[in-house]
Amino acid sequence: MLELKQLYQGFRDPQTIASLAQDIAKVARTLKEPINIMEVCGGHTHTIMKYGLLDLLPDNIEFIHGPGCPVCIMPKERIDQAAVLAQQEDVILVTLGDMIRVPGSKGSLASFRAKGCDIRPIYDPLDTLKIARDNPHKTVVFFAIGFETSTPMTAVLLQLAEQQKLANVFFHINHVLVPPAIDAVMHDPNARVNAFIGPAHVSVISGAKIYRPAVEQYGTPVVVSGFEPVDVMESILRIMRQKAAGKAELDIQYSRAVSEQGNLAAQAKVEQFFQIRPQFRWRGLGPIPNSALQLKPEYAHRDAELRFKNCLPVKEIDDHKACQCGDILRGLAKPKDCKVFGRGCNPETPLGSCMVSSEGACNAYYRYQGIDSKEQHHG
Amino acid sequence: MCLSIPSQVVAVDNERQSVTVDTLGVRRDVSSHLMTEPLAIGDYVLIHIGFVMNKIDRNDALQSLELYQEIVSKLENETTH
Ligand code: SF4
Ligand code: SF4
Repeated sequence: MLELKQLYQGFRDPQTIASLAQDIAKVARTLKEPINIMEVCGGHTHTIMKYGLLDLLPDNIEFIHGPGCPVCIMPKERIDQAAVLAQQEDVILVTLGDMIRVPGSKGSLASFRAKGCDIRPIYDPLDTLKIARDNPHKTVVFFAIGFETSTPMTAVLLQLAEQQKLANVFFHINHVLVPPAIDAVMHDPNARVNAFIGPAHVSVISGAKIYRPAVEQYGTPVVVSGFEPVDVMESILRIMRQKAAGKAELDIQYSRAVSEQGNLAAQAKVEQFFQIRPQFRWRGLGPIPNSALQLKPEYAHRDAELRFKNCLPVKEIDDHKACQCGDILRGLAKPKDCKVFGRGCNPETPLGSCMVSSEGACNAYYRYQGIDSKEQHHG
Repeated sequence: MCLSIPSQVVAVDNERQSVTVDTLGVRRDVSSHLMTEPLAIGDYVLIHIGFVMNKIDRNDALQSLELYQEIVSKLENETTH
Protein backbone atom coordinates (compact mmCIF):
# COMPACT_ATOMS: atom_id res chain seq x y z
CA MET A 1 0.00 0.00 0.00
CA LEU A 2 1.10 3.51 -0.77
CA GLU A 3 0.15 6.34 1.57
CA LEU A 4 -0.11 9.94 0.40
CA LYS A 5 2.40 10.82 3.12
CA GLN A 6 4.99 8.61 1.45
CA LEU A 7 4.66 10.58 -1.78
CA TYR A 8 6.00 13.52 0.18
CA GLN A 9 8.27 12.10 2.89
CA GLY A 10 9.69 9.25 0.84
CA PHE A 11 11.07 11.73 -1.65
CA ARG A 12 12.48 14.04 1.02
CA ASP A 13 14.24 11.41 3.12
CA PRO A 14 17.61 12.78 4.33
CA GLN A 15 19.23 9.34 4.39
CA THR A 16 18.29 8.69 0.79
CA ILE A 17 19.62 12.11 -0.19
CA ALA A 18 22.91 11.38 1.58
CA SER A 19 23.24 7.97 -0.07
CA LEU A 20 22.57 9.37 -3.51
CA ALA A 21 25.14 12.10 -2.84
CA GLN A 22 27.76 9.42 -2.16
CA ASP A 23 26.91 7.59 -5.36
CA ILE A 24 27.12 10.85 -7.30
CA ALA A 25 30.53 11.61 -5.78
CA LYS A 26 31.80 8.16 -6.81
CA VAL A 27 30.82 8.64 -10.43
CA ALA A 28 32.03 12.26 -10.41
CA ARG A 29 35.57 11.13 -9.54
CA THR A 30 35.76 9.22 -12.80
CA LEU A 31 34.86 12.22 -14.95
CA LYS A 32 37.39 14.50 -16.58
CA GLU A 33 35.23 17.40 -17.75
CA PRO A 34 33.15 19.53 -15.35
CA ILE A 35 29.40 18.98 -15.50
CA ASN A 36 27.33 22.13 -15.95
CA ILE A 37 23.72 21.23 -15.40
CA MET A 38 21.02 23.67 -16.34
CA GLU A 39 17.90 23.17 -14.31
CA VAL A 40 15.46 24.76 -16.71
CA CYS A 41 12.81 25.51 -14.13
CA GLY A 42 12.91 27.69 -11.05
CA GLY A 43 11.04 25.02 -9.13
CA HIS A 44 14.24 22.98 -9.24
CA THR A 45 16.34 26.01 -8.28
CA HIS A 46 14.12 26.34 -5.25
CA THR A 47 14.61 22.67 -4.26
CA ILE A 48 18.39 22.86 -4.76
CA MET A 49 18.68 25.90 -2.52
CA LYS A 50 16.08 24.94 0.08
CA TYR A 51 17.59 21.53 0.77
CA GLY A 52 21.18 22.74 0.50
CA LEU A 53 21.95 20.24 -2.26
CA LEU A 54 24.89 22.32 -3.54
CA ASP A 55 26.77 21.54 -0.34
CA LEU A 56 26.32 17.80 -0.92
CA LEU A 57 27.68 17.76 -4.44
CA PRO A 58 31.26 17.48 -5.68
CA ASP A 59 33.03 20.55 -7.03
CA ASN A 60 32.97 19.41 -10.63
CA ILE A 61 29.17 19.79 -10.78
CA GLU A 62 27.82 23.28 -11.32
CA PHE A 63 24.23 24.42 -11.61
CA ILE A 64 23.06 26.98 -14.08
CA HIS A 65 19.68 28.36 -13.19
CA GLY A 66 17.64 28.48 -16.35
CA PRO A 67 14.80 30.56 -17.76
CA GLY A 68 12.02 28.23 -16.71
CA CYS A 69 9.79 30.69 -14.97
CA PRO A 70 6.78 32.35 -16.59
CA VAL A 71 6.87 35.00 -13.87
CA CYS A 72 10.59 35.67 -14.12
CA ILE A 73 10.69 35.97 -17.90
CA MET A 74 7.76 38.36 -18.33
CA PRO A 75 9.10 41.51 -20.00
CA LYS A 76 8.14 44.86 -18.55
CA GLU A 77 6.11 45.92 -21.58
CA ARG A 78 3.71 43.01 -21.07
CA ILE A 79 3.21 43.98 -17.42
CA ASP A 80 2.71 47.57 -18.55
CA GLN A 81 0.02 46.32 -20.93
CA ALA A 82 -1.70 44.53 -18.06
CA ALA A 83 -1.55 47.75 -16.03
CA VAL A 84 -3.09 49.73 -18.89
CA LEU A 85 -5.86 47.15 -19.23
CA ALA A 86 -6.57 47.40 -15.52
CA GLN A 87 -6.89 51.19 -15.84
CA GLN A 88 -9.57 51.02 -18.54
CA GLU A 89 -13.04 51.89 -17.43
CA ASP A 90 -15.12 48.89 -16.37
CA VAL A 91 -12.29 46.40 -16.74
CA ILE A 92 -11.48 43.74 -14.17
CA LEU A 93 -8.01 42.27 -14.61
CA VAL A 94 -7.63 38.71 -13.34
CA THR A 95 -4.28 36.94 -12.96
CA LEU A 96 -2.48 34.22 -11.05
CA GLY A 97 -0.81 34.97 -7.71
CA ASP A 98 2.90 35.80 -8.13
CA MET A 99 2.34 37.88 -11.22
CA ILE A 100 0.99 40.89 -9.41
CA ARG A 101 4.28 41.63 -7.65
CA VAL A 102 6.52 41.75 -10.73
CA PRO A 103 7.68 45.30 -11.44
CA GLY A 104 6.71 46.82 -14.78
CA SER A 105 8.12 50.17 -15.90
CA LYS A 106 5.49 52.12 -13.93
CA GLY A 107 5.10 49.78 -11.00
CA SER A 108 3.74 46.33 -10.31
CA LEU A 109 0.11 45.31 -10.71
CA ALA A 110 -0.04 45.30 -6.90
CA SER A 111 0.80 49.00 -6.90
CA PHE A 112 -1.93 49.70 -9.45
CA ARG A 113 -4.33 47.72 -7.34
CA ALA A 114 -3.44 49.88 -4.35
CA LYS A 115 -4.31 52.91 -6.50
CA GLY A 116 -7.80 51.55 -7.00
CA CYS A 117 -7.63 49.43 -10.17
CA ASP A 118 -9.78 46.32 -10.03
CA ILE A 119 -7.09 43.63 -10.19
CA ARG A 120 -7.91 40.22 -8.79
CA PRO A 121 -5.24 37.66 -8.03
CA ILE A 122 -6.65 34.14 -8.20
CA TYR A 123 -5.40 30.62 -7.66
CA ASP A 124 -7.65 28.81 -10.13
CA PRO A 125 -8.24 30.18 -13.66
CA LEU A 126 -11.86 28.94 -13.58
CA ASP A 127 -12.59 31.52 -10.85
CA THR A 128 -12.65 33.95 -13.78
CA LEU A 129 -16.02 32.51 -14.86
CA LYS A 130 -17.65 33.44 -11.60
CA ILE A 131 -16.18 36.94 -11.68
CA ALA A 132 -17.56 37.37 -15.22
CA ARG A 133 -20.99 36.10 -14.24
CA ASP A 134 -21.13 38.33 -11.18
CA ASN A 135 -20.10 41.37 -13.20
CA PRO A 136 -22.04 41.15 -16.48
CA HIS A 137 -21.53 44.84 -17.29
CA LYS A 138 -17.79 44.72 -16.90
CA THR A 139 -15.08 43.41 -19.17
CA VAL A 140 -13.06 40.69 -17.48
CA VAL A 141 -9.54 40.20 -18.84
CA PHE A 142 -7.62 37.08 -17.87
CA PHE A 143 -3.88 37.85 -17.98
CA ALA A 144 -2.73 34.34 -18.88
CA ILE A 145 0.78 33.23 -17.95
CA GLY A 146 2.64 29.98 -17.79
CA PHE A 147 4.58 27.34 -19.65
CA GLU A 148 3.18 24.21 -21.28
CA THR A 149 2.09 23.25 -17.75
CA SER A 150 -0.53 25.99 -17.48
CA THR A 151 -1.69 26.57 -21.05
CA PRO A 152 -4.30 23.76 -21.06
CA MET A 153 -6.01 25.37 -18.08
CA THR A 154 -6.40 28.62 -20.02
CA ALA A 155 -7.78 26.56 -22.92
CA VAL A 156 -10.44 25.03 -20.66
CA LEU A 157 -11.36 28.49 -19.36
CA LEU A 158 -11.79 29.71 -22.93
CA GLN A 159 -13.83 26.66 -23.87
CA LEU A 160 -16.17 27.15 -20.90
CA ALA A 161 -16.52 30.88 -21.59
CA GLU A 162 -17.60 30.00 -25.13
CA GLN A 163 -19.97 27.25 -24.01
CA GLN A 164 -21.53 29.43 -21.34
CA LYS A 165 -21.72 32.37 -23.78
CA LEU A 166 -19.92 34.69 -21.38
CA ALA A 167 -19.19 37.43 -23.90
CA ASN A 168 -17.39 39.63 -21.36
CA VAL A 169 -14.36 37.32 -20.88
CA PHE A 170 -11.18 38.32 -22.74
CA PHE A 171 -7.63 36.95 -22.75
CA HIS A 172 -4.20 38.54 -22.73
CA ILE A 173 -2.05 35.55 -23.66
CA ASN A 174 1.52 35.22 -22.40
CA HIS A 175 1.96 31.47 -22.62
CA VAL A 176 5.54 30.52 -23.44
CA LEU A 177 7.31 27.34 -24.53
CA VAL A 178 10.30 25.61 -22.97
CA PRO A 179 12.17 24.13 -25.98
CA PRO A 180 12.75 27.46 -27.80
CA ALA A 181 14.18 28.89 -24.56
CA ILE A 182 16.63 25.98 -24.36
CA ASP A 183 17.60 26.70 -27.96
CA ALA A 184 18.16 30.37 -27.15
CA VAL A 185 20.47 29.45 -24.27
CA MET A 186 22.39 26.89 -26.31
CA HIS A 187 22.86 29.20 -29.28
CA ASP A 188 24.67 31.73 -27.13
CA PRO A 189 28.36 31.38 -28.05
CA ASN A 190 29.24 31.53 -24.35
CA ALA A 191 26.90 28.70 -23.41
CA ARG A 192 28.52 26.26 -21.01
CA VAL A 193 25.61 23.92 -20.36
CA ASN A 194 26.34 20.25 -21.02
CA ALA A 195 23.35 18.58 -19.35
CA PHE A 196 19.74 19.46 -18.54
CA ILE A 197 17.28 18.68 -15.80
CA GLY A 198 13.85 19.11 -17.38
CA PRO A 199 10.84 20.16 -15.29
CA ALA A 200 8.46 17.29 -14.62
CA HIS A 201 5.30 19.37 -14.57
CA VAL A 202 5.83 20.61 -18.13
CA SER A 203 6.26 17.02 -19.30
CA VAL A 204 3.27 15.73 -17.34
CA ILE A 205 1.36 17.73 -19.97
CA SER A 206 3.69 17.77 -23.00
CA GLY A 207 5.45 14.46 -22.55
CA ALA A 208 9.19 13.88 -22.41
CA LYS A 209 9.21 13.94 -26.23
CA ILE A 210 9.60 17.73 -26.36
CA TYR A 211 13.26 17.34 -25.35
CA ARG A 212 14.23 14.81 -28.05
CA PRO A 213 15.39 17.53 -30.47
CA ALA A 214 17.60 19.10 -27.76
CA VAL A 215 19.21 15.75 -26.94
CA GLU A 216 19.95 15.13 -30.59
CA GLN A 217 20.99 18.63 -31.55
CA TYR A 218 23.25 19.44 -28.60
CA GLY A 219 24.38 15.98 -27.56
CA THR A 220 23.43 16.70 -23.96
CA PRO A 221 21.66 14.34 -21.56
CA VAL A 222 18.19 15.53 -20.54
CA VAL A 223 16.63 13.98 -17.45
CA VAL A 224 12.99 14.88 -16.76
CA SER A 225 12.93 15.24 -13.00
CA GLY A 226 10.47 15.60 -10.15
CA PHE A 227 10.75 18.45 -7.67
CA GLU A 228 11.45 16.68 -4.40
CA PRO A 229 15.10 16.69 -3.29
CA VAL A 230 15.40 12.91 -3.75
CA ASP A 231 14.07 13.29 -7.29
CA VAL A 232 16.65 15.96 -8.06
CA MET A 233 19.52 13.95 -6.58
CA GLU A 234 18.50 10.84 -8.48
CA SER A 235 18.32 12.89 -11.68
CA ILE A 236 21.84 14.23 -11.09
CA LEU A 237 23.07 10.66 -10.56
CA ARG A 238 21.44 9.61 -13.83
CA ILE A 239 23.14 12.49 -15.64
CA MET A 240 26.51 11.53 -14.14
CA ARG A 241 26.06 7.92 -15.20
CA GLN A 242 25.27 8.99 -18.76
CA LYS A 243 28.35 11.20 -18.77
CA ALA A 244 30.52 8.39 -17.42
CA ALA A 245 29.25 6.09 -20.17
CA GLY A 246 29.74 8.78 -22.82
CA LYS A 247 26.02 8.85 -23.58
CA ALA A 248 23.50 11.62 -24.22
CA GLU A 249 19.98 10.34 -23.81
CA LEU A 250 16.50 11.43 -22.89
CA ASP A 251 15.60 9.89 -19.56
CA ILE A 252 12.49 10.17 -17.38
CA GLN A 253 13.22 10.14 -13.66
CA TYR A 254 9.68 11.26 -12.78
CA SER A 255 8.14 8.20 -14.38
CA ARG A 256 5.41 8.12 -11.75
CA ALA A 257 3.56 10.80 -13.72
CA VAL A 258 5.49 11.53 -16.93
CA SER A 259 5.37 9.48 -20.11
CA GLU A 260 6.97 9.96 -23.51
CA GLN A 261 3.66 11.24 -24.90
CA GLY A 262 2.24 13.22 -21.95
CA ASN A 263 -1.41 14.15 -21.46
CA LEU A 264 -2.81 13.96 -24.99
CA ALA A 265 -6.23 15.36 -24.02
CA ALA A 266 -4.56 18.47 -22.63
CA GLN A 267 -2.39 18.82 -25.73
CA ALA A 268 -5.50 18.57 -27.94
CA LYS A 269 -7.16 21.40 -26.01
CA VAL A 270 -4.11 23.61 -26.52
CA GLU A 271 -4.11 22.78 -30.26
CA GLN A 272 -7.76 23.67 -30.52
CA PHE A 273 -7.40 27.24 -29.25
CA PHE A 274 -3.77 28.30 -29.72
CA GLN A 275 -1.21 28.77 -32.43
CA ILE A 276 2.49 29.67 -32.37
CA ARG A 277 3.27 33.37 -31.96
CA PRO A 278 6.01 34.39 -34.40
CA GLN A 279 8.04 36.10 -31.71
CA PHE A 280 8.00 36.84 -27.98
CA ARG A 281 10.46 38.95 -26.05
CA TRP A 282 11.69 37.19 -22.90
CA ARG A 283 12.89 39.21 -19.99
CA GLY A 284 16.62 38.57 -19.77
CA LEU A 285 16.89 36.55 -22.98
CA GLY A 286 15.45 38.97 -25.52
CA PRO A 287 13.28 38.09 -28.51
CA ILE A 288 12.99 34.38 -29.28
CA PRO A 289 11.21 33.25 -32.45
CA ASN A 290 8.26 30.88 -32.15
CA SER A 291 8.64 30.80 -28.38
CA ALA A 292 5.11 31.63 -27.29
CA LEU A 293 1.46 31.12 -28.16
CA GLN A 294 -1.43 33.30 -29.24
CA LEU A 295 -5.12 32.69 -29.82
CA LYS A 296 -6.19 31.23 -33.15
CA PRO A 297 -8.04 33.65 -35.47
CA GLU A 298 -11.35 31.89 -34.70
CA TYR A 299 -11.06 33.24 -31.17
CA ALA A 300 -10.01 36.78 -32.10
CA HIS A 301 -13.23 38.00 -30.45
CA ARG A 302 -11.68 36.93 -27.10
CA ASP A 303 -8.29 38.52 -27.66
CA ALA A 304 -7.65 41.48 -25.35
CA GLU A 305 -4.62 42.46 -27.44
CA LEU A 306 -6.99 43.10 -30.37
CA ARG A 307 -9.94 44.46 -28.39
CA PHE A 308 -7.70 47.06 -26.69
CA LYS A 309 -5.21 47.46 -29.54
CA ASN A 310 -5.49 51.25 -29.55
CA CYS A 311 -4.48 51.79 -25.97
CA LEU A 312 -1.85 49.08 -25.36
CA PRO A 313 1.76 50.35 -25.25
CA VAL A 314 4.12 48.37 -27.45
CA LYS A 315 7.43 50.03 -26.65
CA GLU A 316 10.00 47.49 -25.47
CA ILE A 317 11.39 48.30 -22.05
CA ASP A 318 14.63 46.88 -20.73
CA ASP A 319 15.43 46.06 -17.16
CA HIS A 320 17.22 48.20 -14.62
CA LYS A 321 20.82 48.64 -15.76
CA ALA A 322 22.27 46.94 -12.69
CA CYS A 323 20.05 43.89 -13.05
CA GLN A 324 21.87 40.81 -14.27
CA CYS A 325 18.89 38.51 -14.63
CA GLY A 326 19.73 38.02 -18.29
CA ASP A 327 23.21 36.72 -17.54
CA ILE A 328 21.89 34.59 -14.69
CA LEU A 329 19.29 32.95 -16.94
CA ARG A 330 22.01 32.17 -19.46
CA GLY A 331 24.35 30.76 -16.85
CA LEU A 332 26.92 33.53 -17.20
CA ALA A 333 26.48 34.96 -13.70
CA LYS A 334 25.25 33.95 -10.27
CA PRO A 335 22.81 36.09 -8.25
CA LYS A 336 25.59 37.23 -5.93
CA ASP A 337 27.51 38.66 -8.88
CA CYS A 338 24.81 41.33 -9.13
CA LYS A 339 25.86 44.56 -7.41
CA VAL A 340 22.41 45.27 -6.00
CA PHE A 341 21.64 41.71 -4.84
CA GLY A 342 20.15 41.84 -1.35
CA ARG A 343 20.78 45.57 -1.11
CA GLY A 344 18.75 47.57 -3.64
CA CYS A 345 17.02 44.40 -4.71
CA ASN A 346 15.29 42.04 -2.30
CA PRO A 347 12.01 40.13 -2.25
CA GLU A 348 10.15 43.09 -0.71
CA THR A 349 11.37 45.57 -3.33
CA PRO A 350 12.51 43.52 -6.31
CA LEU A 351 14.33 45.38 -9.07
CA GLY A 352 14.42 42.43 -11.40
CA SER A 353 12.08 39.56 -12.00
CA CYS A 354 14.37 36.80 -10.66
CA MET A 355 13.82 38.26 -7.19
CA VAL A 356 10.03 38.10 -7.28
CA SER A 357 8.66 34.60 -7.19
CA SER A 358 9.87 32.05 -4.67
CA GLU A 359 11.33 30.06 -7.56
CA GLY A 360 13.32 32.91 -9.06
CA ALA A 361 17.09 32.29 -8.79
CA CYS A 362 17.86 35.53 -6.92
CA ASN A 363 14.95 34.99 -4.55
CA ALA A 364 16.05 31.43 -3.75
CA TYR A 365 19.66 32.53 -3.09
CA TYR A 366 18.47 35.39 -0.93
CA ARG A 367 16.18 33.28 1.18
CA TYR A 368 18.41 30.26 1.67
CA GLN A 369 21.93 31.66 1.59
CA GLY A 370 21.53 35.25 2.75
CA ILE A 371 23.31 38.25 1.34
CA ASP A 372 26.97 37.71 1.97
CA SER A 373 28.71 34.41 2.25
CA LYS A 374 27.88 30.80 1.67
CA GLU A 375 28.27 30.20 5.40
CA GLN A 376 25.40 32.52 6.23
CA HIS A 377 22.33 30.36 6.18
CA HIS A 378 19.03 32.08 6.77
CA GLY A 379 16.58 29.36 6.98
CA MET B 1 3.89 29.25 -9.64
CA CYS B 2 4.08 26.19 -11.81
CA LEU B 3 4.54 23.62 -9.11
CA SER B 4 2.17 20.71 -8.85
CA ILE B 5 1.18 18.89 -5.70
CA PRO B 6 0.37 15.22 -5.11
CA SER B 7 -3.13 14.68 -3.72
CA GLN B 8 -5.64 11.89 -3.31
CA VAL B 9 -9.14 11.76 -4.82
CA VAL B 10 -11.84 11.52 -2.13
CA ALA B 11 -14.99 12.25 -4.18
CA VAL B 12 -15.90 12.32 -7.88
CA ASP B 13 -18.53 14.51 -9.54
CA ASN B 14 -18.64 13.40 -13.19
CA GLU B 15 -21.42 15.77 -14.16
CA ARG B 16 -19.51 18.88 -13.15
CA GLN B 17 -16.18 17.37 -14.29
CA SER B 18 -14.85 17.99 -10.86
CA VAL B 19 -13.23 15.91 -8.11
CA THR B 20 -12.60 16.57 -4.44
CA VAL B 21 -9.01 15.94 -3.42
CA ASP B 22 -7.18 15.68 -0.14
CA THR B 23 -3.73 17.26 0.09
CA LEU B 24 -2.35 16.11 3.44
CA GLY B 25 -5.52 17.08 5.28
CA VAL B 26 -6.65 20.01 3.15
CA ARG B 27 -9.68 19.29 0.98
CA ARG B 28 -10.77 21.16 -2.11
CA ASP B 29 -12.58 20.77 -5.40
CA VAL B 30 -10.54 20.72 -8.57
CA SER B 31 -11.39 20.40 -12.24
CA SER B 32 -11.01 17.11 -14.10
CA HIS B 33 -11.49 18.67 -17.55
CA LEU B 34 -8.03 17.63 -18.67
CA MET B 35 -8.52 13.95 -17.89
CA THR B 36 -10.00 11.54 -20.41
CA GLU B 37 -9.65 8.41 -18.32
CA PRO B 38 -12.09 8.25 -15.41
CA LEU B 39 -10.81 9.09 -11.94
CA ALA B 40 -11.74 6.94 -8.95
CA ILE B 41 -11.76 7.49 -5.21
CA GLY B 42 -8.30 6.66 -3.85
CA ASP B 43 -6.41 7.63 -7.01
CA TYR B 44 -3.30 9.74 -6.58
CA VAL B 45 -3.23 12.78 -8.82
CA LEU B 46 -1.11 15.85 -9.47
CA ILE B 47 -2.84 19.20 -8.99
CA HIS B 48 -1.83 22.43 -10.71
CA ILE B 49 -3.77 25.72 -10.40
CA GLY B 50 -7.06 24.01 -9.65
CA PHE B 51 -6.83 21.19 -12.22
CA VAL B 52 -5.90 17.53 -12.20
CA MET B 53 -2.92 17.32 -14.57
CA ASN B 54 -2.51 13.58 -14.50
CA LYS B 55 -2.57 10.49 -12.33
CA ILE B 56 0.40 9.35 -10.31
CA ASP B 57 1.29 5.72 -11.00
CA ARG B 58 1.13 4.01 -7.62
CA ASN B 59 3.35 1.06 -8.55
CA ASP B 60 5.94 3.28 -10.12
CA ALA B 61 6.11 5.43 -6.98
CA LEU B 62 6.42 2.34 -4.79
CA GLN B 63 9.20 0.96 -6.98
CA SER B 64 11.15 4.20 -6.64
CA LEU B 65 10.74 4.18 -2.86
CA GLU B 66 11.94 0.55 -2.74
CA LEU B 67 14.94 1.38 -4.88
CA TYR B 68 15.88 4.19 -2.50
CA GLN B 69 15.63 1.77 0.44
CA GLU B 70 18.07 -0.51 -1.35
CA ILE B 71 20.50 2.31 -2.07
CA VAL B 72 20.44 3.35 1.59
CA SER B 73 20.96 -0.17 2.93
CA LYS B 74 23.68 -0.95 0.39
CA LEU B 75 25.57 2.08 1.59
CA GLU B 76 25.04 1.18 5.24
CA ASN B 77 26.55 -2.24 4.54
CA GLU B 78 29.52 -0.71 2.77
CA THR B 79 30.29 1.61 5.66
CA THR B 80 29.83 -0.96 8.43
CA HIS B 81 31.94 -3.70 6.80
S1 SF4 C 1 7.58 30.82 -10.58
FE1 SF4 C 1 9.23 30.01 -11.87
S2 SF4 C 1 8.73 27.63 -11.20
FE2 SF4 C 1 7.17 28.95 -11.57
S3 SF4 C 1 7.76 29.60 -13.08
FE3 SF4 C 1 8.94 31.06 -11.66
S4 SF4 C 1 10.82 30.03 -11.72
FE4 SF4 C 1 9.48 28.36 -12.56
S1 SF4 D 1 19.49 40.64 -7.59
FE1 SF4 D 1 17.74 41.75 -8.45
S2 SF4 D 1 18.64 43.22 -9.84
FE2 SF4 D 1 20.20 41.68 -9.40
S3 SF4 D 1 20.00 40.16 -11.01
FE3 SF4 D 1 18.73 39.46 -9.34
S4 SF4 D 1 16.72 40.30 -9.76
FE4 SF4 D 1 18.14 41.40 -11.08
